[in-house]
Amino acid sequence: MIDKKDLHYVASLARLKLKEEDEEKVREKFSMVLDYVGMLNELDIEDVEPLINVNGMSNVMREDEIKESMDRETLLANAPEKMYGCIKVSKVIE
Amino acid sequence: MNYETIIGLEIHAELSTKTKAFCNCKNEFGGEVNTNCCPVCMGYPGALPVLNKKVVEYAVKAGLALGCEISLYSKTDRKNYFYPDLPKAYQISQYDTPLCKNGKIKIEVDGKEKYIGITRIHIEEDAGKLIHGTESEDYSLVDFNRSGVPLIEIVSEPDIRSPLEARLYLEKLKGILEYLEISDCKMQEGSLRCDANISIRPVGQKEFGTKTEIKNMNSMKALQRALEYEEERHKKVLSEGGTIVQETRRWDEAKGITVSMRTKEQAHDYRYFPEPDLVPIILTEEWIEGIKKDLPELPDEKRKRFVREYGIPDYDASVLTLTKELSDFFETCAKGHKNPKAISNWVMGEVLRIMKEKELELKDLRIKPEFLRKLVDLVDEGVLSSTGAKQVFEEMFKTGEEPESLVDKLGLRQISDEGAIVELVKKVLSENQKSVEDYKNGKTNALGYLVGQCMKASKGKGNPQIINKILKDLLS
Repeated sequence: MIDKKDLHYVASLARLKLKEEDEEKVREKFSMVLDYVGMLNELDIEDVEPLINVNGMSNVMREDEIKESMDRETLLANAPEKMYGCIKVSKVIE
Repeated sequence: MNYETIIGLEIHAELSTKTKAFCNCKNEFGGEVNTNCCPVCMGYPGALPVLNKKVVEYAVKAGLALGCEISLYSKTDRKNYFYPDLPKAYQISQYDTPLCKNGKIKIEVDGKEKYIGITRIHIEEDAGKLIHGTESEDYSLVDFNRSGVPLIEIVSEPDIRSPLEARLYLEKLKGILEYLEISDCKMQEGSLRCDANISIRPVGQKEFGTKTEIKNMNSMKALQRALEYEEERHKKVLSEGGTIVQETRRWDEAKGITVSMRTKEQAHDYRYFPEPDLVPIILTEEWIEGIKKDLPELPDEKRKRFVREYGIPDYDASVLTLTKELSDFFETCAKGHKNPKAISNWVMGEVLRIMKEKELELKDLRIKPEFLRKLVDLVDEGVLSSTGAKQVFEEMFKTGEEPESLVDKLGLRQISDEGAIVELVKKVLSENQKSVEDYKNGKTNALGYLVGQCMKASKGKGNPQIINKILKDLLS
């Protein structure tokens, strides 16, 4: 079982607020997922190169040519809040 | 106790490609907000990045110029963190396979050469720009024009031993990137950014002390000042028996201090993993060789060539080649000119002085290279005295006019006509018999007085060299 400390740490990385009454349930489910993925640890991968991409392709690149960007109204159409052509967000303190 | 300072720098340089790193949007500073953006820049679902070939080429150029090994195999990775200027919640970067590694930069400290190692150079994308309102406003605005702009991050080894060395390193690096024409390198506009890690340790100790990371230094001077401040702060804390807290601190330019950035207190855990939307970058030796062949002349080579071709001192050449702009200006002036040393003196002296005083860039100066050539000619031909030349220079700076006409406008043309000067000198001698006697009796300093009288008689326009010569002729 994942311990409480790790659970809180992962929750903070993911910016999740856990309700205290849900913590045990989440901890159980989280552990199930980890156990499932953990099955991979049973494999012997001593002589296996890490697999980074599955399609075997490389060097997919494009030329440095400007194409028209998206029109701003469309670009920002789904933004919950906007102002002066920008997306408005909660104040970020430096 | 005596301490030794250890500094390492992380430099981010925006590449001056036409388009962004992973989409065809324009890479432009200062555009109308959110007009150079597309779904890739905004991290919209389903949008897929495609790497700009030029980004790889530019990064490899930087690597070769800095003596790095170029990785034949590299890939991109996701660096995960939440911040409003990063819409995907990850930055495409490179983790364990940087495009370039193990390079070095030569700097000169007090006339001694020293190499600063370069650990790695990798490619990554820039984030958007947060615009903060006034304190009473409870929001920030985000402009994503910068989102996806290509960067190279250049990480140095902890080889730097003083704030001055850090500055020299950055100046040299900036010069090289400018020569390569792969980045604008404008610290004020943020196209060249520098973070510094600093720690101190008792002299002789092997282990590093606890380091702090300093951000927000927007000029060469700020980098040096911030590190000097932080160096002293470390010394003070340790000498009072305290301990340094490992943290990120922000340089406050106005107050001249570093301040802890409380928001960054949380441990960094970026959970890097290979970017599944992009495929590996596999380079061939031939391709790298091709780039190498096309590398432009770099500062150190140019410096040697200036000494060789123009016969100027090595010191002059080192100053003149620090930036590409200045070296080009000098060369345009000096090419085919018979007095390159005089041109070097003007460029290193008056040109740099006026740029610094007026906070101008070379391209904004109204003094054209041909004007400076002409100015040196006028002095060499005796038309203008060296003090007169400085006046003409000031006026050229103000009006952008060519020097020859300014000489007459300012009434600075020297009398170099020997006949006229002989008359003038004869008159002065007849009026100053006493000094003539003194001179003939061995009081050589009487000559200086007579030269002065002649200059006065010529209303300051007599050519002092000619006056000197004629005086001596007539007195002998």
